[in-house]
Amino acid sequence: MSSVMYERMRENPKFRELVAKRGRFAWTLAAIVLTMFYGFVMVVAFAPESLGQPIAEGSRWTVGLVAELFMFIFFWVLTAVYVRKANTEFDALSQEIVREAWKENK
Amino acid sequence: MRKIVSALGLLSLCTLAIAADAVGATEKQATNWHAIIMFCIFVTLTMGITYWAASRTKSTSDFYTAGGGITGFQNGLAIAGDYMSAATLLGLTAMVYMQGYDGYIYMLCFFAGWPIILFLMAERLRNLGKFTFSDITAYRLDQGKVRTMAAISSLTVVCFYLIAQMVGAGQLIKLLFGLDYNVAIFAVGILMMVYVTFGGMVATTWVQIIKAVMLLSGGTLVMFLAMSYFNFSFTNVMDQAMSVHKLGEKLMHPGSLLADPITAISLGLGLMFGTAGLPHILMRFFTVTDAKEARKSVLYASGFVAYFFNVIFLMGLTAIIIVGQNPDFFEGGEIGKKLIGGGNMVAMHLAKAVGGDMLLGFLAAVAFATILAVVSGLALAGASAISHDIYARVIKKGTASEAAEIRVSKIATICLGFVAIVLGIAFEKQNIAFMVGLAFGVAAAANFPVLILSMYWKGLTTRGALWGGYGGLVSAVLFVLFSKSVWVDVLGNAAPLFPYTQPALFAMPIAFLLAWIGSTSDASVRAQAEKEAFGDQYVRAQTGFGAASASNH
Repeated sequence: MSSVMYERMRENPKFRELVAKRGRFAWTLAAIVLTMFYGFVMVVAFAPESLGQPIAEGSRWTVGLVAELFMFIFFWVLTAVYVRKANTEFDALSQEIVREAWKENK
Repeated sequence: MRKIVSALGLLSLCTLAIAADAVGATEKQATNWHAIIMFCIFVTLTMGITYWAASRTKSTSDFYTAGGGITGFQNGLAIAGDYMSAATLLGLTAMVYMQGYDGYIYMLCFFAGWPIILFLMAERLRNLGKFTFSDITAYRLDQGKVRTMAAISSLTVVCFYLIAQMVGAGQLIKLLFGLDYNVAIFAVGILMMVYVTFGGMVATTWVQIIKAVMLLSGGTLVMFLAMSYFNFSFTNVMDQAMSVHKLGEKLMHPGSLLADPITAISLGLGLMFGTAGLPHILMRFFTVTDAKEARKSVLYASGFVAYFFNVIFLMGLTAIIIVGQNPDFFEGGEIGKKLIGGGNMVAMHLAKAVGGDMLLGFLAAVAFATILAVVSGLALAGASAISHDIYARVIKKGTASEAAEIRVSKIATICLGFVAIVLGIAFEKQNIAFMVGLAFGVAAAANFPVLILSMYWKGLTTRGALWGGYGGLVSAVLFVLFSKSVWVDVLGNAAPLFPYTQPALFAMPIAFLLAWIGSTSDASVRAQAEKEAFGDQYVRAQTGFGAASASNH
């Protein structure tokens, strides 16, 4: 029974649309986070002195501090963006797919 | 059952009364009463919750996942609670105090896994899982073999993590209550057994939520008071910290902890993907109603975690001046000598310096509550691996009754409690933040690769999962065993066989490679069927159709 339902959902063009859209969105955000984070780790690994430089002459704020604080905030903003889009747009689409598969039952 | 809960509650209060006597006998200061009273309030409150939860814990679903009825916000707090352990509060504050910027790098590594979990895993975890993450890895593979493997690696992670928590508990209580280290370890172990065996996931979740609120507010208050010494100016803090710290101007440079590139990269990998492989964190995704709430959980959890890490960073920096320049906090009253109670007590000394005995008492109670809550979450995850995976699915092949399964998980919890006590005593001298790093390394190499492949790669077969899982586990454990932290510091050998302390960079590729070779070389009929079953699993992962739903309907 459920296998039949899964088959129907898979054949629904909306399913392909959901998978493509959500996949693209999630992987884009993940790529941003991974690139920034591992970019930062590489700097820690290979050019640690650069992180200790002050952002301006005489300032106590260093490049490393500002970069980290920015990542803390920015990464969290990205999670908020994803949750918003997934909980509205993507969830509506996936509910539609399930509903249409049920309809074919009758 | 209720009678036993009350009896054990009374027993623990008696232990506390004895503890109080011991303080009176060995130390003249009456100041410890603040901590004792606040801790008693916490224990009484959580025992009350456990009593209430025991009456609501009937089915296996109630026991493992609180019936799937936790909201996203509650679960977010509970995840943050699970994630911000005593090692976070005590170990990371101490790390910033001693190493400056290195501590902040550690924190970002601990945080950066969360967005990745949300984007790539949260939804599929919720849609495919039921009680443990092995439900997902074993979804279309050989139940018996794959679950056994996942349970073994879960238990390894749980044990490493438990060591860190128990050691923290022992040190903390020793300092606060003047109790013997071993007695303190027993007190934590026994209280944890009471929470988990009687209250299951409902009690564990609420203990976690209360503790998270206490931790966030307590940390914020200490940070706020400490910053008021510097007119809330970060520049002031940095000026003074750099002038007194032994690292001087180098305080904000990446330092000795990450001296070589390999260690830095390996640490980054281990902490990021380790987060995504911790069984007690993964289990929390099954306590919410649906994927929507699971996503919200991550949003709230990562917000709290990010906020608190920055609070801890400021606590560590201000402690350099407030604690580091006050002879009262050093043994023999000499600045620069050993801190009273050891390096991990920086946060506690800071609380005492800025808020007196009252705030010290509160923060100590918070730290103790934190340990209890995290240990409970770990024990529940470990027990569910034994009862749900090993007992119900492998030994009984799905024919065990719910009552029998719950009974086994309670026995498993008690056994894990004793294991935690023994290991806690054995590892007394280790740095606790470092032990958590080891747990993450094993989680990243043993749990994460198979879990992510099972959700994303059609080609994964039973043989590949087993090769990858066991390969990752064995290599991570061996790398840790042969590294300086165990081979030299614990076993007393002259030189480490493996030169790095972080295993992830080496163990993770081994796990992925073995999983790939094991799967692609598998031409059996069974492997073919497993690949074909990916289609249905994929639709369920994407749409949530057929997912385990909340039990209260």
